[in-house]
Amino acid sequence: MSKSIDICDLDVYYGDFLAVEGINMTIPARSVTAFIGPSGCGKSTLLRSLNRMHEVIPGARVEGKVLLDGQSIYDPEVDPVQVRRMVGMVFQRPNPFPTMSIYENVLAGSRLNNKKLKKAAADHIAEKALKGANLWDEVHDRLNKPASGLSGGQQQRLCIARAIAVEPDVLLMDEPCSALDPISTSAIEDLIHELKAEYTIVIVTHNMQQAARVSQDTAFFNIAGAGKPGHLIEMNPTTKVFSTPDEPATEAYISGRFG
Amino acid sequence: MLNESITTRASGIPPGALAKLAGETGGNRRQPVGDSVFAGFAKAAAFTILIALAGVAIFLTVKGMPAFSATESDLDGQSSLLIYVAKLAYGTTLAALLALLIATPLALAVALAVSHYAPGRLASPIGYAIDLLAAIPSVIFGLWGAFTLGKYLTPLYEWLAASSLTNWLPLFHGPASGSGRTILTAAVVLAIMILPIITAISREIFSQTPRLHQEAALALGATRWEMVRLVVFPHARSGIVSAAMLGLGRAMGETMAVAMVLSTQGGLFSLNLISADNPSTIAANIALRFPEAFGTKVNVLIFSGLALFAISFAVNFLARLILTRAGERRAS
Repeated sequence: MSKSIDICDLDVYYGDFLAVEGINMTIPARSVTAFIGPSGCGKSTLLRSLNRMHEVIPGARVEGKVLLDGQSIYDPEVDPVQVRRMVGMVFQRPNPFPTMSIYENVLAGSRLNNKKLKKAAADHIAEKALKGANLWDEVHDRLNKPASGLSGGQQQRLCIARAIAVEPDVLLMDEPCSALDPISTSAIEDLIHELKAEYTIVIVTHNMQQAARVSQDTAFFNIAGAGKPGHLIEMNPTTKVFSTPDEPATEAYISGRFG
Repeated sequence: MLNESITTRASGIPPGALAKLAGETGGNRRQPVGDSVFAGFAKAAAFTILIALAGVAIFLTVKGMPAFSATESDLDGQSSLLIYVAKLAYGTTLAALLALLIATPLALAVALAVSHYAPGRLASPIGYAIDLLAAIPSVIFGLWGAFTLGKYLTPLYEWLAASSLTNWLPLFHGPASGSGRTILTAAVVLAIMILPIITAISREIFSQTPRLHQEAALALGATRWEMVRLVVFPHARSGIVSAAMLGLGRAMGETMAVAMVLSTQGGLFSLNLISADNPSTIAANIALRFPEAFGTKVNVLIFSGLALFAISFAVNFLARLILTRAGERRAS
């Protein structure tokens, strides 16, 4: 189920602009890896290149390799659609499909894979995914209501349920709590703790306490200046990054003496 | 209230909330002069439209009423005014619906190609080209339809009338018109004429689909077409309906193109789309007859105009109803 990610000499471009340069890292399976760093340092770009979502922006491309359990996801024969079915994603702002019910939102991905999904199988998937996202108790009696009626935190957990319903190998989260209140944030963080037993999770966050709370490994990114590409400064176990980081830049950022 | 219902529909704020907000802020500070001047202008503009509309309705009703005393000679041999108008109304609706049937799928395909499929440097030229269609005068469309398109379609009509695959349908019962100037030709011309408006509105709505939702679909492993079906079409559904209704309204009101293609006068109940005996439309009938009409005949034509006014009104009302329903469903 869960797979590790190896990134080798990865450069990510938007047209001629080099956004991220020379990334080498290994993201272990069944653990949470946090990406931290100042705005514009390319951590979201790197995250989106892990399921080829950055290609949605015209002109975006990569050089280098991303291996999912040894299989290159940028191989010419590999269809980006297949990559995205293996590597799920949760976005910064909750984005359930507004015209669909809670139930149909959870099943949206499964219906793409399997056009003739039986009712019993569908019910099973929906219940499992919603329970997995700690949302079942709150919504089981209103599954056919529109997803837009849920609170922001519930919507974000619905999006996580939708992502795990297709049983991906990896779950990417792009600042999943930045639009949520502290209680919802705490609910999502608890959920991340539970999900790491089954999934490889990569989370981008601006909240360093959050990185410290949820992740096993932390990668710190930085840029030399505006218009320059982002670089990986250091990647180490989270406890080490937050106590005795290797790089002075990391320590400066973490202690708030940035720049 | 009118303004408010428009803004609240767009933003999804429950009606009344804005009024409350406006009342609260208005109490705290003096309203600037500019605000009240603009509010006055806006109200005046809204009322002008209502007055113009009422004026049209009153004129048509008053001038149309004498038509009830029309004799058979005023009605081209039809026994009663209502049958006369009903036949024309039938032709109007038939031509417009056919046009809509042809134009909508094409317009949606073009709009989708421009908004989601074509690469950027190709998309805008296609969009402009379609918009340019709207700049061609309807007389040109009419002449082209009557003398060029009709000729090209004649072999098709002959085939439709002869082939056992199709000629059992009352629609293609023949005999095929030799000139190709049939209601179907008129509908094709109308379809091309309403293509720009449907395309432009649909394209606008397609491209307004929130990026967040499109990315959600793609991140689930949807192909581009699956993403369109999952996110873009549901988002655009009510907009497509209103675009189609606007197109239908234009097609029903279109005068010269139909008049030139058909050049038949007076109505006819017929499902046959390819014969030389065609139902005519209200607008075309008025255009062809008005120059020679006098006395009660003028009243008859004006009365048929009233009927067109009523039909257009009903179509627009229906479109509004559908839009409101869709809005309420989404809000609930």
